[in-house]
Amino acid sequence: MSTHVFKPDLPPPTLSVGVVGWLRANLFSNWFNTLLTALALYLIWVTVPPLIQWAFLDATWSGSTRSDCAPGGACWVFIQNRFAQFMYGFYPQGLRWRVDLTVILAVAGAAPLFVKAMPRKLVYGLAYLLVYPWLAFWLLHGGPGLEVVPTSQWGGLMLTLVIAVVGIAGAMPLGVLLALGRRSDMPAIRVICVTFIEFWRGVPLITVLFMSSVMLPLFLPEQITIDKLLRALIAVILFEAAYIAEVVRGGLQAIPKGQYEAAGALGLGYWRMMGLVILPQALKLVIPGIVNTFIALFKDTSLVIIIGLFDLFNSIHQATVDPAWLGFAIEGYVFAALVYWIFCFGMSRYSMRLERRLHTGHKR
Amino acid sequence: MQNPASEPSRRGSMMTDPKVRAWVFQILAIGAVLGIGWYLFHNTQANLAQRGITSGFAFLNNPAGFGILQSLIDYTEGDTYGRVFVVGLLNTLLVSVLGIFIATIVGFVVGVARLSPNWLISRLAALYIEIFRNIPPLLQIFFWYFAVLRAMPPPRDSHALGETVFLNIRGLYLPSPTPAEGFWAFIVALVIAIAGCVALARWARVRHENTGRYFPVLWASLGILVVVPALFALVAGSPFHWSVPELTGFNFRGGWVVIPELVAITLALSIYTAAFIAEIVRAGIQAVSHGQTEAARSLGLRPGHILRLVIIPQALRVIIPPLTSQYLNLVKNSSLAAAIGYPDLVSVFAGTVLNQTGQAIETIAITMSVYLAISLSISLLMNWYNKRIALVER
Amino acid sequence: MTENALKHTLGDKMMIELSGVNKWYGEFHVLKDINLSVRQGERIVLCGPSGSGKSTTIRCINRLEEHQQGRIVVDGVELTSDLKHIEAIRREVGMVFQHFNLFPHLTVLQNCTLAPMWVRNMPKKEADEVAMHYLNRVRIPEQANKYPGQLSGGQQQRVAIARALCMKPKIMLFDEPTSALDPEMVKEVLDTMIQLAESGMTMLCVTHEMGFARTVADRVIFMDKGEIIEQAPPEAFFSNPQNERTKTFLGQILNH
Repeated sequence: MSTHVFKPDLPPPTLSVGVVGWLRANLFSNWFNTLLTALALYLIWVTVPPLIQWAFLDATWSGSTRSDCAPGGACWVFIQNRFAQFMYGFYPQGLRWRVDLTVILAVAGAAPLFVKAMPRKLVYGLAYLLVYPWLAFWLLHGGPGLEVVPTSQWGGLMLTLVIAVVGIAGAMPLGVLLALGRRSDMPAIRVICVTFIEFWRGVPLITVLFMSSVMLPLFLPEQITIDKLLRALIAVILFEAAYIAEVVRGGLQAIPKGQYEAAGALGLGYWRMMGLVILPQALKLVIPGIVNTFIALFKDTSLVIIIGLFDLFNSIHQATVDPAWLGFAIEGYVFAALVYWIFCFGMSRYSMRLERRLHTGHKR
Repeated sequence: MQNPASEPSRRGSMMTDPKVRAWVFQILAIGAVLGIGWYLFHNTQANLAQRGITSGFAFLNNPAGFGILQSLIDYTEGDTYGRVFVVGLLNTLLVSVLGIFIATIVGFVVGVARLSPNWLISRLAALYIEIFRNIPPLLQIFFWYFAVLRAMPPPRDSHALGETVFLNIRGLYLPSPTPAEGFWAFIVALVIAIAGCVALARWARVRHENTGRYFPVLWASLGILVVVPALFALVAGSPFHWSVPELTGFNFRGGWVVIPELVAITLALSIYTAAFIAEIVRAGIQAVSHGQTEAARSLGLRPGHILRLVIIPQALRVIIPPLTSQYLNLVKNSSLAAAIGYPDLVSVFAGTVLNQTGQAIETIAITMSVYLAISLSISLLMNWYNKRIALVER
Repeated sequence: MTENALKHTLGDKMMIELSGVNKWYGEFHVLKDINLSVRQGERIVLCGPSGSGKSTTIRCINRLEEHQQGRIVVDGVELTSDLKHIEAIRREVGMVFQHFNLFPHLTVLQNCTLAPMWVRNMPKKEADEVAMHYLNRVRIPEQANKYPGQLSGGQQQRVAIARALCMKPKIMLFDEPTSALDPEMVKEVLDTMIQLAESGMTMLCVTHEMGFARTVADRVIFMDKGEIIEQAPPEAFFSNPQNERTKTFLGQILNH
């Protein structure tokens, strides 16, 4: 009996690995590929250097009026000058700490939920959901002990976040109920829920905002007047609830039938079965979908410009038409785009990571 | 092992019978919906009466009395609100069709580029997708409109492309065709060419089935479509007079004018939606497993045939449903036009007409029904299509 | 030890010749100096632990994988990056995959006629006849108008064999054809392969079905870590392995 002596691993031919191999495989594998590479390089050459030139090299970074800005480059002075307004709108200067505190509390309060080893996460999460909204409302709007800031002075990124967060938080419970209703055995409930969901999903948000601003006052008794922001929030919540309902329905469908049967066999009634067995699993599955809905909503908040609210986008737009800073629209929109992009891109990456984690969890 | 003590619960109170409970619950739900509906209706009646607004659709026959920036049909200020509705609807459809057309082409190109073996091209496509889908479409519309198109030079200093296409603050000026002496000959030639292509395709299919010989239909058809009309034009004369925009005084005359509002919306919505379409196309092609390509290759099929006979038919099944929902989104997003004053349905009807007449409920209801009708008909079509193409499984 | 039940004489013609073939995945040396020649009508079983390079070897033969060094000659045509050569070789070499890879959007019959019609330029009628002939041979003519998704795993694999045969290949490659099948379906596929062997087809099979190797193979090749360690006729290979590594492997696989 002989023992086989294995040959040593040899390094691959130089043409197939390393920088040369990589270039050959990825950029110059054949004439067509080489052509594409040339095209891409040309595209980069015509766009990137001028962009860098404009945004950084020729840009003006400090100053106080438009006359400080050098022609040809970006005038970031404009953004710097109006930065506070872009963030807080017309919120009184001396009270802006309340907005900061609200954000800090939100982040600090939610942070433990992202710690994996945190015990009693659910209890803490529920307590947070019950306490924080009141605290935030008290801080932002004022009330006992704090000076009242009417919502007409709210604006900027703060208002954008308020609309997006309240919109999604308000739409969640309604959306879950609608999703359950759509899968109900009772035909009347199903018809009501399907009609509601398909109605809101079928119309553009802009018409919903129009409706809330002109029709809501008609719908309610004359003595009730509702705040403009509240009207927008109601519209956003109804609209988003329909989208959340469809996302949650996907999660409910993904739960195997055995889970329903097992819960039924334990003698759980409908609400306990849903609340204790099905929904906790389904909602966990749909977190990525909900984050995606939130991203869409975050972008859609810019539509409130139509009904005259001063969110981040409208604040910036108004600043670009301010006679004192005319001619810097590009800087304004680029800054707005950057802020929206950071939020949306960040959240979409987070949602993708969650999705991957949930998927592997399912395979095991 | 039934517990005997649980027996009596079978004929317990009516409320524990699930069937009765379901009935009661449903009746309560319907009652609640009707109750809320009645409450809103009642309030609205009272409010309208107080403001002295008579409800109904009679206002549609009243003259509108305002001008509209762009209209695909004849429209003057004296026309009715009903006609305003049609003008707005057509403008919405125009943006939607243009947007869908461009977004589809750009989206497919970027989606395929995303899968390119060329690293640079694939990175550039990824960059395009990540940039444009994460910026609100309204912001993109405003960028193109206010920052780019409104900053264009006045007509005198227009950006020109070969002295035929001009871009300035008033819009995009394109040469426009009007029928000339060879026009009818050209139409006839076109009809003949198309009929020829159809016949050729059928002949090629039958021949392939009968003899196995393959005929390059696509290239031949393209050739026919170019050559036949060109020959007719040579004989019968040019089919069109091209009216080229020309600077006279302070403005251009002649040609087609595409208003900047339309350019901005079409551009922004196409670019935005294309980013989503690209992702759909990428996912669709990737959904066809690599094994399919390998099997086709091992059978000796050529790359072009593999794409046409194996990959595309399978990828399309995955691509088309989400693609239609992107088309629907684009149609709904076209309502953002209202924000920059492009005269679409929302802008002229739910905006101007509502303000002038005060008929809030009617105008909003009509506007929403239009979008609902479009959405529902497309989803019905989609469901039918999905059922038809679903892969047959055990 | 059962005797090789299908003793036959081999042709003199070399159908496949691999000489000094080396292949790397990035920095990883997967195939090391592979030398292998296969004569017409010869039936070879490749076995070895997973990751030993046996699948890669047969995938190099029809260019699903590219080798970086050495020569591969199939039916007198050398494999280079020339697409003409690659296509010529693929026409003559049929392949059956572990996961069947049938085209789910086409019926069983269309799966079988696709390549003859588009590669061999066969009229549809003739292609249909050829397809039905081979579907008969794999004993599922009644399924011709069903879609792959409606068939069992074993039936799908038999369709895949028929699909490859419709091109009338000179060589058949099998890449673990029974590994993805439920145990009760393995036999129907192996029977089809034995039947094919009886018809004198040149075959290269990557498989762990040692019973199949005993009855059908002219030669069993054992690979490990990208090298051919041992090759011998099945009787000698199973009863008297020459190599320590082979013995260990056989011990593991046969005692299960």
